[in-house]
Formats: sequence, structure tokens, C-alpha cells
Amino acid sequence: MELLTPSPGLVFWTSLTFIILLVILRKYAWPSILRALKVREETISFALEDAKRANEEVEMMEQQRKKIKEEARKERDLILKEARRMKSEILAEAQDTARAETQRMLEKAGRDIEKQRKDAMLEIRNTIGQLSVEIAEKILKEELSGEDKHKKVINSYLSEINFN
Amino acid sequence: MKKELLIFFLLLSGITAQASAVDPGKEEPMDAFGLIMEHISDSHQWHVIDYTNRRGYPVHINVPLPVILWHNNSLWFYTSGDFYHGNHPLPLGDDYVILRDEHFFITGQEGVLKTDEAGNIINASPLDFSITKNVASMLMSMALLLLIFLSAGKAYARYGMAPPKGFRGVLEPIILFVRDDVARSQISKDKADKFVPFLLTLFFFIWINNMIGIVPFFPGGSNLSGNISFTATLAVFSFLVINVFAVKDYWKHIFLAPGMPFLIRFLLVPLEFIGILTKPFALMVRLFANITAGHIIILSLISIIFIIKSIYIAPVSILLSLVMFMLELLVAVLQAYIFTLLTALFIGMSTTKSEH
Repeated sequence: MELLTPSPGLVFWTSLTFIILLVILRKYAWPSILRALKVREETISFALEDAKRANEEVEMMEQQRKKIKEEARKERDLILKEARRMKSEILAEAQDTARAETQRMLEKAGRDIEKQRKDAMLEIRNTIGQLSVEIAEKILKEELSGEDKHKKVINSYLSEINFN
Repeated sequence: MKKELLIFFLLLSGITAQASAVDPGKEEPMDAFGLIMEHISDSHQWHVIDYTNRRGYPVHINVPLPVILWHNNSLWFYTSGDFYHGNHPLPLGDDYVILRDEHFFITGQEGVLKTDEAGNIINASPLDFSITKNVASMLMSMALLLLIFLSAGKAYARYGMAPPKGFRGVLEPIILFVRDDVARSQISKDKADKFVPFLLTLFFFIWINNMIGIVPFFPGGSNLSGNISFTATLAVFSFLVINVFAVKDYWKHIFLAPGMPFLIRFLLVPLEFIGILTKPFALMVRLFANITAGHIIILSLISIIFIIKSIYIAPVSILLSLVMFMLELLVAVLQAYIFTLLTALFIGMSTTKSEH
């Protein structure tokens, strides 16, 4: 059983080699490799975390933006509605005022017209009276006889005419 | 890099070609068992290639390796070529030493070996600390690992934040796998990172030696990770790490078996105690058996061609061994993973405070 007998020489050299490898690699190779891997892993996970947070922030800002936009839209609608309301109010008021003014002016015109008509009537009556006198004068000059009788007739006619 | 090349060429420069005069016409029957055993066991020289030269003489090209012996409280240095070339003993202080079947024996000046009735040599052996094929292959793996990971470490220190490029892209998933799926999944969170360097070293050391073992030509082909000495040593390291860092609860659990009736405790404590030893023992046997078995199967499949002595069996044989090579590639990484995973599991068991 040659194969199963350990030889002290090989045991010695294996131990020596393994210890040398362990010492050297443990001091000069594994720490820098493992540290680099760890640092890289941490950096990646931090970066991922950061990206996620930034993404969330963007999402939040987007939502905020939407909210602000929505509010602005509502306000605009409100303002427009108010403006429309005011417009119709002003319009109605203006119409009322115009109507009242028109009414007032119409009334005034009516009054003026009435007054002028009365004046005119008065003037007409006076003129007619004067004309009638003149006419009568002329008639009387033509018909010297029976002056009184004619005057009576004229007056009765005049009273028949109602100027009112 | 230059240094490694230099060492490699120094090794190559020592290659010796020895031609022995064996009648090429006469063919001996194929000794498959001997061939396989020779390939999977250790050797004091590194076999490169055998061929028959133009004049019909077989040529063996081998790299001689340094022989280091401990005898009478001092170290003795030789080159293994001296032992293979002549069969005469070499002086070792006051005694002489001879190499027979890859073992050194102390003899007299004539190099006579005494045997008992069963044919076993009963001469004393000096302690053998030679740089054998396995040791040389292990030193090569160490050089490779240092080269790979020191340069990777430097690169990570400089460009650690950037995505891995080139060879680091290959290493990184494996390193992360060992860290996350071996260490962190088995050992409690606060302690896992402390054991990661050990587990990484263990994993890559076993894996690269498994891979070197699969390479069928020089400078591969050593059966290092299929050698019981190698796996036993690594198992001892695992054993030490498991038990040195164990918490009080672990020992209490083993020696007091809390919450058990007295009689069962009587039975359980010895079992638990044996369990401390069987865990690394299983690690040792598993790696040894898996790697050795793979080598034996591939060598057997190739040997079939020479046993049957038919060219028509060759395609079948090669196809089958190709499949085996694929499997061996998987086994190489799998066994490294299992060894590391189980070590991590046992560390996890010994460093966790029990809930009950």
C-alpha cells in the first residue's frame, strides 16, 4: 500500500508551500482584491440607491408640477367665470341705465313737445284772434252796416272752435 | 516573470538524455499495472519523453531533481541523476545510500540490500526531503499562484472600481463564488470574512494542482493532489483552522452533549470526539481518491491500446479518455470546491454559538 503511506518529505514541502502561499497572498493579494470588490459592491449599491431616490424625487416633482398646473387651470377657470359674470352684470347695468336714460329723455322730450305745443297753440290762438280781428275789420269795412250782427256771428263761431 | 522563466530554463538545462542498449526487436509484455503505478506515484526525476532514436536505441529524457536527505543530524544534497545513472551507492557520511524503487536505503559500500522472507527490503532509510516531481510541480503551482494573484492584487489596488478586464474577469467570478457561496453561506456573517483568504488560498491551491495533474505532458502530469501526503497535509490545515477558531459552545457540545440523557451521553461523546477527526480524514480521502481514480482510469484506457496491441481499439480508447479528460476537468474544480466548501461548513459549525 505504497499509495496510502504518507511521505514525510512531501508533507513537509506541502506544509511549507501552503504556509508561504497563505502568508504572502494573505498579505499582498487577498486584501486588495477583496477590498476592491467590497468597495465596488458598496459603490454600486449606493449608486443604485441614489438613482432610486433621484427617480422618486423626479416623480414627486412631476406630481407637484401636475398639481400646480391643475390648480392654475382651476384658477384660470374661476377667473374666466368671474369675468363672464362681471361682463354680463355690467352689460345688464348699462342696459338698465340706458333704458332709464332713454325713458328720462323721452319724458323730457314729451314734456318739451307738450310745452311747445301749448305755446304754439297759444300763439296760434292769439294769431288767429288777431287775424280774425283783422279779417273782421276788413269785413266790417266792407259791410259797414250791421256791424254788431256780424260781430255776434263771428264770436259764436269762434267759441264753437275748441282749441283745446 | 523573468525569474520564473530563468528557473524553468535552469530546470530544462539539467535534462539528461540517457540511451540504454536494449534489443529493440524483442518486445516485453505490457506491464499496465506497473506503468500506472509509476505514473501516479512520486518520483525523484521528472520524466519528459521516451522515444527510440534513429539507431534504434530507446532514449529516456528526464529532468533530474535535487535530492535532499537528512541523516545523522545533517542535510545531504545530491542530484537525482547520480542515483539513476549508476546503480552504485553514493556516500552519505560514514554510510552509503542507494535509490531503489524511488526509496532511499542506507547500505554498505557494496550497496547490498537485505530482504526478509516476504521480499521486503529491511535496510534503514534516511529521511527524504528531496524536491521530487510532486514537490517541483507544487513549487511551480506556487509560482503560478503568486504570479496570478500578486499581479491581480496590484491591478485591483489600482483599477478596483472599474469593471474587471482580461484575466481579472476570469478570476473575479471565482473569487466572488468562494466568498459568497462558500464562505458567507456556511459561516455566520460576522465571522465569514475572516476565513475568506484561507478558503480562497485553499481552493486555488487545490484547483491549480488538480489542473496541473491533468496536463498529460511535461511540466504537468504529476499526481500531486492525488497523493495522500498532499491531501493529508491540507486536511491537517483544515483541521487546525476548524478547531483553533472553535467557540466554547462547540467544545461543550462535543464533550458534554447538553440536553441528552446520561446513557446516551456516554455513547455520544466518544462519537462526537471521533467526529472531530473523521471530518478532515474524509476530506483527505475524498480528494486523494477522486484525483487518483481519474488518473488511473485515463491511464488504463490508454493502456488498453498496448495490451490488445491493435490500432483499431485506439479510436475507442482515445474517445473514452477524451471523455474522461472532460470529466477530470470538472472533477478538478469540483473537488477543490468540495474540499473548500466542507472546510467552510465545518468552520461554520465550530464557530457558531448553538441555539439550544
